[in-house]
Amino acid sequence: MNFKHKFVFLFPGLFVLIGILIFPIIFTIRLSLSGWNSYTPEMNFIGITNYIRLFTDDPRFWESFFRLSFLSVTTVILQYVIGFALAMMVWREIKFKRFFRVIFLVPMMTTPVIMTVIWRTFFHESLGPVNDLLGGFGVKPILWLSDPVIAKFTVIIVEVWQWTPFMFLLLLAGLLSLPKEPFLAAAIDGASPFRKFVYVTFPLMAPISIGAIIIRLIEASKIMDTVFVLTSGGPGTATETSSFYIYIKGLREFQMGYAATLSFTYLVIMIISLTIIAKVLTKLMIKE
Amino acid sequence: MSKLYTFLKYFFITFWTVFVVAPFLWAVSTSFKDFQSVNSKVTYIPWLDFEPTLEGWRVLIKSPAKGGVDIVEPYFNSIFVTCTASLISIVLGTLAAYALSRFTFKAGFVRNNDITFFFISQRIMPPIVLSIPFFIFLSTIGLLDSLLGLVVVYIVLLMPIAVWIMVDFFNRVPKELDETALIDGCNPYQAFYKVVLPNSIPGLIVAGMFCIIFGWIDFFFAFILTFTEVQLLPVKVVALNSSITPWWSLSASALVSVAPLIIVAFIVERYLSKGNLSGALK
Repeated sequence: MNFKHKFVFLFPGLFVLIGILIFPIIFTIRLSLSGWNSYTPEMNFIGITNYIRLFTDDPRFWESFFRLSFLSVTTVILQYVIGFALAMMVWREIKFKRFFRVIFLVPMMTTPVIMTVIWRTFFHESLGPVNDLLGGFGVKPILWLSDPVIAKFTVIIVEVWQWTPFMFLLLLAGLLSLPKEPFLAAAIDGASPFRKFVYVTFPLMAPISIGAIIIRLIEASKIMDTVFVLTSGGPGTATETSSFYIYIKGLREFQMGYAATLSFTYLVIMIISLTIIAKVLTKLMIKE
Repeated sequence: MSKLYTFLKYFFITFWTVFVVAPFLWAVSTSFKDFQSVNSKVTYIPWLDFEPTLEGWRVLIKSPAKGGVDIVEPYFNSIFVTCTASLISIVLGTLAAYALSRFTFKAGFVRNNDITFFFISQRIMPPIVLSIPFFIFLSTIGLLDSLLGLVVVYIVLLMPIAVWIMVDFFNRVPKELDETALIDGCNPYQAFYKVVLPNSIPGLIVAGMFCIIFGWIDFFFAFILTFTEVQLLPVKVVALNSSITPWWSLSASALVSVAPLIIVAFIVERYLSKGNLSGALK
């Protein structure tokens, strides 16, 4: 194959992407070394002052980061378990199979912020249907959005509703592409459904599962829209995630320099931790 | 044992279906309410619980001057930005994916897989990290608050998806296909255009749908990078949420905004059932 043709195919996409991204990344690094804020909106040079502040004097960022880890890991585990269960259920013949498949896919097609606006009215503490229906069973009104602990679970519920379909889609596509022979062999051996799942389905699905979990973790680590509309990080800072905290510092308080420091550190942590998670998951789930 | 399993299965499916559908039903019901039926007590069923009105739907087409919420223009803005960015991402992404699937690249320690990873890893980038420099970048070149500016940003969001799906897809298209075409006298571009592309339509459709989904549902960039000139649908709807919330028009506009993509769910399901998706996704 001729040498230069391959570049004609690759370069347009590669250079457009690099072209769009190179400025923001270099700019972020440079900005993080400046004291740009609303009083001095200029690109001065203050060395690593911002980084020292971040590592010695900003517990709120680290708290928001651990909160983000908790929220994203919890939601992804729930999504994986529920998504796998749903995919298993509509994998084989079942009445109204196609109807259920469509229903299970619908939430991922809806805009998260817009649905979150609806969820906000849904979980409204005095005018929403959830507390009203629970009240019918004699349950006291639950503070879905204004209790620091419960608000986290409200965020998780909304995220699970929104993104389980994505997990479901990836896993169902995987299940449908599995070879038939191992299942026939298991059927001939008279394996119970449970053993069939543990010894045949699950191992065959391991690579697909890892892919799906990592993709979802990447997307979940950006969780922002839901929090933004549902609780605005509140009550207090109870549901504030890293992105939201950076947003407050950068675009509400206009501490651009410091926000860039946060952004860059956050990006580096994200890349490192997702790489480690990918490696560990691969080791755990594929035993050979 | 198997009876219990069947029972549990249907119980779970029913439970999840109700959970999925509940917010939509609530929104439909709310969109026909007025101030009285939203604020007095929780009501569900029109005519039985409250007297339905069309007010929530009517304001959507009224002009803002008459106290309406004009969502027609944001609607077309959203469609334009999503489709343009998706189209550009698919074209560039497909070309790059084809190169990465068929040719070998070597530059120092960089191999094909590293380039593919570079494309896909752009999804890791949290929107907030990009939004501040983009804000300053776009305002410098005068593209802040414009459709073009948003298209540029959305390409970064969508091209990784296109590359991710298409690389996997091309890896499954047999190499013999292009080799035969080359032997028959096509040049590489003709081989790609006349032979490989027509055989990749399922992959292209899946990639297109994913680009459209992820473009349509983005809120954050639209929120940061536009103000008054250009508004996208999610920003418009969320803006309704701010002051005294008119739940009825909020619900109506929310339903209108999520409706078009629900059709995508039907298309995705069709592809799943025909078994075309499993090859394209993975």
